[in-house]
Amino acid sequence: MRVFMALVRRELAGAFNALTGWVVMAATALLTGISIVDLVTKLSDRPTDSPVTELFYQSAYFWVILLVVSPVITMRTFAAEKSSGTYEALMTTPVGDWQVVLAKYTGSMLFFGLVWLPLFGVLLILRQVTGEVGLLDPGSTAGAFLGVMLIGSVYMALGCFASSMTRSQIIAAMVSFLLGIGLWIVSLRPVSTNVGDGRWARLLDEMSLLRHMDDFARGILDSRHIVFHVTMTLLFLFLTQRVVESRRWK
Amino acid sequence: MEAAPMIEVRELTKRYPGRTAVSGISFTVGRGEVVGFLGPNGAGKSTTMRILSAFMPATSGTARVAGYDVFHEPDEVRRRIGYMPENNPLHLDMRVREYLKFRARLKGMGWGRSRERVDTVLQQCGLTDVQKRIIGQLSKGYRQRVGLADALIHEPDLIILDEPTIGLDPHQIRSVRALIQELGRRHTVLLSTHILSEVEMTCSRVLILNRGEILAVDTPANLERNLGLDGQVVAEIAAPTQELRDAFQDLQDLERFDLSPLDGGFHRVALTPRDGVDLRPVVFDIVGQRRWRLRELTRSRHTLEDIFVHLTRGRRDEP
Repeated sequence: MRVFMALVRRELAGAFNALTGWVVMAATALLTGISIVDLVTKLSDRPTDSPVTELFYQSAYFWVILLVVSPVITMRTFAAEKSSGTYEALMTTPVGDWQVVLAKYTGSMLFFGLVWLPLFGVLLILRQVTGEVGLLDPGSTAGAFLGVMLIGSVYMALGCFASSMTRSQIIAAMVSFLLGIGLWIVSLRPVSTNVGDGRWARLLDEMSLLRHMDDFARGILDSRHIVFHVTMTLLFLFLTQRVVESRRWK
Repeated sequence: MEAAPMIEVRELTKRYPGRTAVSGISFTVGRGEVVGFLGPNGAGKSTTMRILSAFMPATSGTARVAGYDVFHEPDEVRRRIGYMPENNPLHLDMRVREYLKFRARLKGMGWGRSRERVDTVLQQCGLTDVQKRIIGQLSKGYRQRVGLADALIHEPDLIILDEPTIGLDPHQIRSVRALIQELGRRHTVLLSTHILSEVEMTCSRVLILNRGEILAVDTPANLERNLGLDGQVVAEIAAPTQELRDAFQDLQDLERFDLSPLDGGFHRVALTPRDGVDLRPVVFDIVGQRRWRLRELTRSRHTLEDIFVHLTRGRRDEP
C-alpha cells in the first residue's frame, strides 16, 4: 500500500510538474466555461425546468471535452517513462506489475476528477448570481458526477492501455483518441439503427455511452450501466497489465 | 545461500528478432569483487545487465544473483541489486531528496528507515548541499551521483552500473570513479564501460565482451602479461653511439634493440624484452657502472586498448 501511494503521488506530481497538468486544467476550465455561457444564453431564450448539470452532460460540449482531454491526461502514464528510461528503473525495483498499472490508472482518475472541479465552481457562481437554487440539484449533480467518473474510468483505462504500448506520447494520445472516438461513435443512435434489429442492435444500444450519460445526468443509477463501465475499465486494465508483463515473454 | 557466488551466469543467450545480442556467455563474480564489463557499443553489455537486474528474461541459459534465479525469483534478485540503467534515467522534475525518498519507498522501505538511508546516501555521494535542488537543473556529474545514491539506497549486495561515467567531463569522471572505488570496498560491483582506462583504474577483474561473446576474463595485469604485450623500455642516455650499442646489444632477454640520436649528445634507446621481463634495473645498472648521464627511463605499459585491439583483431572485419 505504501508503495502504491508513493506511485500515485508520483503520477500526480509528474502531471503538475510537467506543466501539461496545468495546461489541461486551464483548457478544460475554459471549455466548460464557454460551454456553460453558451448553454445559459440559449436557456434565456427557451426556459426549461431541467438542472444545468443535466443539460450540460446531455450536450455535445461534455463529449468534446471528454474525448479531447482524456488522451492528454493518460498519454504520459507509460510512454513518458519509457522514453526517458525511468521505466527501466521502475521495473527493476520489487514493485509488481499490477501495482504499477493500478497506480497509473488511479493517478489518471484523480486528475480526471480534478479537471471537472471548475465546472462546479462555475455552477456555484451561476447560482449565486441568479439566486436559482434549482441550478444545482443534489440528486442529478451526484448522479452526473458518478456518471462522469464511470465514463472517465473507461477512458482512463483505455488511455493507459494505449500509453503502455508505445514510447511516444503523441502516438499514445492518437491511439487513445481514436479508440475513444470509436467507442463514442458506436453509441450514436444512427449506427445502432443501421445495424438493423435483433441482437446486434440491442447490444449496441446497451453499449451506448450517450444513453448511459442521459440516465446518469437525470440522477438515475441503472446497475446495468455501472456494470458495463466497471467491466470495460477492468478489461482495459487487464490488457494494460498484459502489455506490461509482455516484456517477459519476448 | 550466503555461500553462493554473487553472480553466476551459465550459457546465457539473448536473441532479439533478427540479431543475437548475447550468445552463450558464462561467468561468475564472487562477493566483494569489482568487475568491469568492457566492450564496444553493441557488444551485449547492457543486455546482460538488464537480464541480471531481472528487467527482461534471457532467451536461454540461467543467471543467478546471490543464489536466486533472475527469472523465477525476480523480486528476491531486485531486492539485492542496486541497478543504474544506461544513461542514468531520473525523474528530472523531482528534487534530489524527494526522488531518493520516492525510490526508497519503491524499494519497500518505511518512513523512518527511508529517511535515515536518504541522509546516509546523500552524504556518501556528496549530495547534501544540493538535496533541495531540482534534478533537471543539476549538472550531469551531480545527476550521476543521484543515480548512484539511488542504486545504494537499499543497501544492496550487488551494484550494477551501466556506463556510469558516460558523457561526463574529466573532472566529473574523476569524482564518479572515486565514488565507485569507494563503493567497491563494501559492495560487489559490476560496471560496464567502453573506456578502457576506466576498468584499469577501478576493477579487479575484467570481462571483455565483443559481439555477444566473452573474449577474455582476467585481472588487467594478467591480461597484459599473458598476452605478452608488455614492457618496452625507453631510456635517454648521453653516451657515444658505439659504446651504447656494445653495452646493450647482447643483453639477455632482449628481443629488439633500437637506437636513435637526440639533441645534446643524448640517445634514445628502445629495448623490447622477451617474455615481459622488466629491463629497467638492468639499464640502470649499466648506466650507473659507466657513469653515463640518464635523463629518462620508462617502461611502456601496454594498455587495455592494445589488448582489446589484439583480441578483437579480425573479428570486426566481418559484416
